[in-house]
Parts: sequence; structure tokens; C-alpha cells
Amino acid sequence: MSKSIVNEDFHDSAKLHVTGRAIYVDDIPVPSSCLHILLGLSKIANGKIMEMELNDVKKMPGIIDVITAKDIPGKNDASPIFGDDPIFAENEVIYNGQVIFAIIAETLEHAKIAIKEAKIVYSETPPIITLAQARHKETLLCPPKIVSRGDFSSSIHHSDHIIEGEIVIGGQEHFYLEGQAALAVPKENKDIQIFVSSQHPSEIQHKVAAVLSLALNNVSVEVRRMGGAFGGKESQANLPACIVAIAAQKTGKPCKLVYDRDDDMRITGKRHDFISAYKVGFDANGVINALRIQHDMRCGMSMDLSAAIAERALMHSENSYYIPNVEFIANLYKTNTPSNTAFRGFGGPQGMLAMERVIDEIAHFLKLDPLTIRKRNFYLDNKNPMQKEQQTPYGQVVKDCIINDLVNKLEYSSNYLSRRKEIERFNKTSKLIKRGIALTPVKFGISFNKLMLNQAGALVNVYSDGSVYLNHGGTEMGQGLFTKVRKIVASTFGILSNNVKISATDTNKVPNTSATAASSGTDLNGMAAYLAAFQIKERMAAYLGHLYQCESSEVIFSRGKIIIFDEEKMTFSQAAEKCWMGRISLSSTGFYKTPDIYWDAEKGEGRPFYYFVYGAAVSEIVIDKLTGESRVVSVDILHDVGRSINPSIDRGQIEGGFVQGLGWLSMEELVYANDGTLMTHSPATYKIPAFSDSPINWNVEFYKGDGNIEETINRSKAVGEPPFMLAMSVFFAYSHALASLKESYPSLNSPATAEQLYFTQF
Amino acid sequence: MTEVTLTVNGKKYTQNVFDHVLLSDFIREKLKLTGTHIGCDTSQCGACVIHLDGKSIKSCTMLAVQADGCDVLTIEGLADGDVLHPMQRAFHENHGLQCGFCTPGMIMSAIELIKGKPDITEQEIRQGLEGNLCRCTGYQNIVKSIQEAAKNENNLTNR
Ligand code: FES
Ligand code: FES
Repeated sequence: MSKSIVNEDFHDSAKLHVTGRAIYVDDIPVPSSCLHILLGLSKIANGKIMEMELNDVKKMPGIIDVITAKDIPGKNDASPIFGDDPIFAENEVIYNGQVIFAIIAETLEHAKIAIKEAKIVYSETPPIITLAQARHKETLLCPPKIVSRGDFSSSIHHSDHIIEGEIVIGGQEHFYLEGQAALAVPKENKDIQIFVSSQHPSEIQHKVAAVLSLALNNVSVEVRRMGGAFGGKESQANLPACIVAIAAQKTGKPCKLVYDRDDDMRITGKRHDFISAYKVGFDANGVINALRIQHDMRCGMSMDLSAAIAERALMHSENSYYIPNVEFIANLYKTNTPSNTAFRGFGGPQGMLAMERVIDEIAHFLKLDPLTIRKRNFYLDNKNPMQKEQQTPYGQVVKDCIINDLVNKLEYSSNYLSRRKEIERFNKTSKLIKRGIALTPVKFGISFNKLMLNQAGALVNVYSDGSVYLNHGGTEMGQGLFTKVRKIVASTFGILSNNVKISATDTNKVPNTSATAASSGTDLNGMAAYLAAFQIKERMAAYLGHLYQCESSEVIFSRGKIIIFDEEKMTFSQAAEKCWMGRISLSSTGFYKTPDIYWDAEKGEGRPFYYFVYGAAVSEIVIDKLTGESRVVSVDILHDVGRSINPSIDRGQIEGGFVQGLGWLSMEELVYANDGTLMTHSPATYKIPAFSDSPINWNVEFYKGDGNIEETINRSKAVGEPPFMLAMSVFFAYSHALASLKESYPSLNSPATAEQLYFTQF
Repeated sequence: MTEVTLTVNGKKYTQNVFDHVLLSDFIREKLKLTGTHIGCDTSQCGACVIHLDGKSIKSCTMLAVQADGCDVLTIEGLADGDVLHPMQRAFHENHGLQCGFCTPGMIMSAIELIKGKPDITEQEIRQGLEGNLCRCTGYQNIVKSIQEAAKNENNLTNR
């Protein structure tokens, strides 16, 4: 692709959203025969079901049926890979909030009254809730995952200094505003159609087929949009989809299930919480020669995507730094809590936070600015004068590094140095109010760790009136994917975006798709859609060239017109009609797979990422010593989006990602009681950032470079996940402020809530 | 069951409802006006904000029977045919949304917040909308949208 695509298209559904006419799953008009489902959840975290009496529920008015594990025709499993996520608990209960039965009723009101009649008798076993308990019982889900290079154990003896420490990193609830939702509509001859709020329609198709013992071609899955997902609808949407499918097949009626907020928070998995222990060796200048980090992860009651998340955590544990001798280890612990799952960054944020902590502590030890330590350890930029090649610990050559240049520019534009000095002067005299500032970098790898997932398909139809229909495997969760892909197709034909119709993701139209995740939605689907459109355009050009006796390359598609030798011959619509009359196929599929990536999971080596995204942020905070209360005063961001396809959308992703990261690191706290009850199961107790929690002064800039060195669509770069980790700058700004309150290193844990900040000063 | 009569977006409805049915559910389930969203059901998120007799309220905080005799305006009743309300236009043009789930509630809350305040400050907007959560945008573009709409306050038709 030579032409550059830049546009400021508004979100494709913006008009529908502002008028309340955008349809989410719960808004789909259903026939009055549609039945509603309410779930019965376990009240204990670990034990056996001794007795289950549901007949009284069935006898209540408006109740059609109550289903349990016995009603599943196929497999009782909703897991993405490992077969260990029961849809309904059978004999055993493994977490508090686990689904045991489902009430199918005429209305939700009926079900809510009837559920009180359910009687379940458990025999309880003490649950394993905390990581400490899990370590003690050694409940490893699999052998530890390791990424290593060089020889940590022997090389650390050659270091001038050695530091050991530990950081506790909290989990995070997704809190997509739209809860999990699914609707199943039975069709003729056992076929079934599922509407679901899911990032992964093909996986829903697989799970539903397995649960109902059907072939994949009996099941179609449609996703128009999600009201937010952030990874929380990658595997977690399987469960509601399976339940509505079972209910619809059993009753022969459409069935709908929408989790209410409390149920959603109790049932679904979250970001993994970690305890990361480190040991680092470095010289008098702060250059690291050996580093060991052991991440202990709370995975919850099943594997879910934890193995891949652990791998990504390990692959980001060196963040932007070249470290010759490393040993990164992840221990995956099973606990009696919801199964933790994908969440924006997919383990990357936890890995990086631990690394940045190491840097911060080295700087404190050497009494140097952490930024100095960061710079001394960065990978070399790709334009480094020595032309030296460096590899990550997992053997990928870092070809596209720009972190030194990017950080230098941000340091300059944000006035970092003078502000830091000023703040330190301020802290010397201010007794109660302390300020802090930090600059942290991000280097994030783009591609799915699992090779197979790096593929995408698209379908493009041009109709005889010149209107265009587009379908692809990616799903829209607010990230603006559809807006971008539509623009790519429109540019290919030289027409306006609003002539291209975007349609709901549908397993009938594009099969065997991957999850929309790993920030790769536009890279993969944009390219597939481009290839589909390009083939049609080539066919049209060949035919028109034949009509006008010129080469097909001389047929230009521009501004809705066909131009040959600088002369407007016809509109795109007329061209479409002519081609149709001339019996030219105006429909095409496109298929794309990311080139040049490979991964040897056994050895933990390869080139798992097509490219890296870089960024950095400077945050300034202020805290009140007496209460631990804090706020973010300002943030300066310089982020690399390559050559942006839609700057407004990319900026929105950066701002939204940053604030979500800020929530994770400063206020969102998940609390489980000893018996495994989630105490923070509603927005009353679980606080996500609100309007006045976001920074007062914002300054977001795109890094001006040459674009992606790899041949992505428009040389753009993925933008979904990387900005999330820019919020680490907030966390280390707290650390800076706290350092003025004590001699020893303030070992701050995340989230840095008021309590955390208050107690860390002592 | 109780009979309630209320005017919604200019249309009069008389319906029988259970006494415990929330106004939000009534609007969505009975009237099929699904632009009013449910994000929490516990008066925390603001996705369900509507106008009741000209004042913005969280419709999940109120029973349908309590709204008997009232005048309700939902997001669907805001635009004049194809012509967007200035607040809707501002959200549309300033990228004030991503997934869009919070948008109807944001717009309904914002309209009341800026009423008669063309010079509303960013600080006032942020404080005034503490009760509306958005998980996607980081709020920046929402603030921008509202500020722009406030500037055009004079043109706001107060329907
Ligand atoms: S649904 Fe009413 S405030 Fe959240
Ligand atoms: S745009 Fe998604 S919650 Fe606000």
C-alpha cells in the first residue's frame, strides 16, 4: 500500500450512540415468547454439594424450567482451552459465585421471586483464597514458566551491588459498563443463533457446538458491538452463551441472559494479581548485569488464559531495558476464586511494573534520578551509531527501538528535570503536602503469543449501485476498529467512508476468526479487508481498462470517480454497474496472516512479536501525608502510534488506557473475605476512576517518526493496550513523594490507595 | 399491579405494572426504549439517567409507580427528527464516546448540568458529573464535548 490513509472520521456508530439507537445484546427486539434467565450462584468457595432441592423453584409462577449440569447434552465446559471451567457446578463447588443452576422464566421478576425457594446443602472445605495460602499448599496449575538468558546465578556475584525486594500488584475488575449478555434463538433443524457480547465469536461457536453436541455449521454467532470489554469478554463470554444455548435448545424458545452488576463481578475473572520478588545486581553507575524476578500469580479456580498471560508477563519483565543475564519465572497458582483472565495488557503490565520497581529502587540506593538509571539501561535505538544489534531475553532482535529518542524528547517537552528539582525543593520545606514526579517508558510487543491466532479474514461485496458491504472477523468494543477498517476499504475504492456499510461480526460470513485482542484488531482485520477490496478493485480496473483500451494500472479510483488519463470517465457507482453488466465478480474474501513470526514454547525463544510499540509518560502527583489522599496533577505523554489511521481514535485510546491504568495502580482494590466472598462486588465498594480522578492537566502527543518499520496497514501501530502501562508513571511519582518522608526505600504496593500511601511512609 | 399513566417523549402511556418495578426497567421492557442503559442497577453509574419533569434523575433509583403522572424525557426523545440536540451533536463531533454505553446517561446528565451556565468551568463539569461513570474514554473528550455544548447554551432548545 503506497497511499497514506489518514482521516478524522467520527466513530461509525456515533450518531446511533448519541440518540440511544445503538443496539446492544439486551436491546435486540425479541418475540414475546422470549424467556429470561437468572443464575443460582454458589455461596461457598470450596466444598461439595450434598443436596440440591430445586422443585419448589419450578413450582413458582412464571417459571418454565430450572436447568443444571444434568441438562447439558454435550460437554459441561466453557473453558477456552483446557476443559476445566464447568458451566454448572456438578458435585463440587470451586469458588464463591460459581454458577450451579439457571432459572428459565417468563420474566426476570418471576425468576427473582422464585430463586428464594432454592435449597442447597453444602459440605464445606477450607478454601484457598490468598496467594500465601496457595504457596503454602503448592497449588501450581502447571510447571513454572521461565524466560532466561545468560547465567544469573554466577553473574550476580560480579555485581558491585545487590538488592532484593518484593512488590505486591493487585488485580483489577474489568467493569465494562455493559455486563455480560447473551441471547439464543433456536432455528429449524437444531440450528441455533447466538447474539452475544463477546470479543471472540468463533470461540463461542465452538463452545456452544460442543455443549449442544452439534457441528460448527449448526451454530451461528453474531456480535454487533460490546459496551466495553477490555479482555473481559475474550473467554468470559463463553459461559453466558453456553447457558442460553442449553436453555433455548431445551425449551425451544429464544432465551436471554444478562448478568446484573453484582453477579457479573462475582462470577467473572479479573486481571491477575501478582507478588513479584526480585534480586538484582548492578554496578556503581546503576547498569544492571543480572536480574531475577519471580512472579507468583493468582489464577483462580482454573487455567483460562493464564498460561499465555504468564508468558506475556515474562516477555515484558525487562520492559525497555537490555539486561545481559536474566531469569524470569512465573508460578501459576490455583485458588478458590473466579478464574482470572485477559485484561488489557495481558500480563504485560504486571511484568513491567516489577521491572520499573527494580529501577526505582536502584536509583534510591545510588541516590540518583531514576530517569538516569533508566537511560543507562535502555535498549539501543535502531539508529544507534554503533549499529549494534540487541536481543530480548527470549531471543528476538529489537529492530525498531526508538525509546532513547522518545524519552529524550519527552524529558525536554515536559520540563522533567527542572520540575523534579523544584519538587524536591518544595518537599524539603512542605510538612504535610508532598509532591512527586516520574517518567516511565513502555515497550510493548504486538502479536498474539500463540501463532495460530495471528490470522484474519474479511468479506467485501460491491453492489451494482456502487454501495459497498464489509464484514470481517474483528469485533467492535468501542475501540474504533470498524471506523478504521471501513476507512481502509473506502480508501482502496477511492470513495467516502459512508458508502461502506459495516456489518455485525458473524461466523456465517467470515469463519474461523481469532479473538479481537492483543491490540491486533486493525493490523489483522484491516489488512484482510484491504486485500479483499484490492482484489475487487483489480478486477474492476482490468475490465474498465479493457473497455477504454488502457492498462489496468491507468484506471484511477479517486473521490468517488473513475479517472483515466486525467479524464473523469464515470462515477464509482456507474463503474460498479458497468462491471456487473460485464459479468465481473464484485465480491471477494481477503485473508491475512502476520508474516515472519515464530515461537518455540519449549525453549521460550523466537520472534513472537511482529513489532514493538513505544511510549513514555511523565506524571506529577500530590499527596497529603496525614490522610494518604492524593491526586494526579498533570500528565505528559509521548506515544508512538506509527502513521495513525485515525488520530482522534488513537488519542482516545491513549487517554482511556491511561486512566484505566491509573485506576488499576491507584484506586481499584479487590478484596476477598477469608471465605472467598468478593467484598468489592459493586461500584459502591469497587471504585473505578470518575470524572475528577483523571489528571487536571493533560498533554498527549504522538511521536513523530517514520512509521512502523514493518509493513502494517498504512505503517500504523497498534494502540489498544500499550497506553495502559503509561500510568506506571503515576505509581512511581507516588514513590518519589514518599521518598521524601523516610530514609529507607518506600516499598509501595499496588494499588496505591490512601491507606497504602499513608502506611508506606512509616 | 398498579395502573400508571405517564408522558414519555411527548407520548402518553397507561400501563399496569408491579409495584416493585424500577422506572428504568419499565422504560426498557415495557416501552421498549432501550437507549436508557443499565450499568449497575444501584444508582452508581449514571447510564440510566433520564429527565423527569425537566430534572435529570437516575431511573434505576425510582419505581415506575412513583413516576405516575410525570413527564419523562429519554435519550430517544431528545433529537428533533434528524436534527440532533446540541449536546448530542457535541458528543458526536468531539469523539465524546467509545463503546457508547455510558453516552445516553452522560448526555442527559450534562444537559441539566449546563443549563443556564454558558461559562461552566472544567472543574464544575467534572464535579457535576461525578455520578456518571465511563470506563473507556478517560473522560477528556466528554468534558470537551460538554464544554462545547455549553458555549452554544444560548441555542439550546429547552424541550
Ligand atoms: S443503572 Fe442506574 S445508575 Fe447505574
Ligand atoms: S464510552 Fe464506554 S463506558 Fe463510556
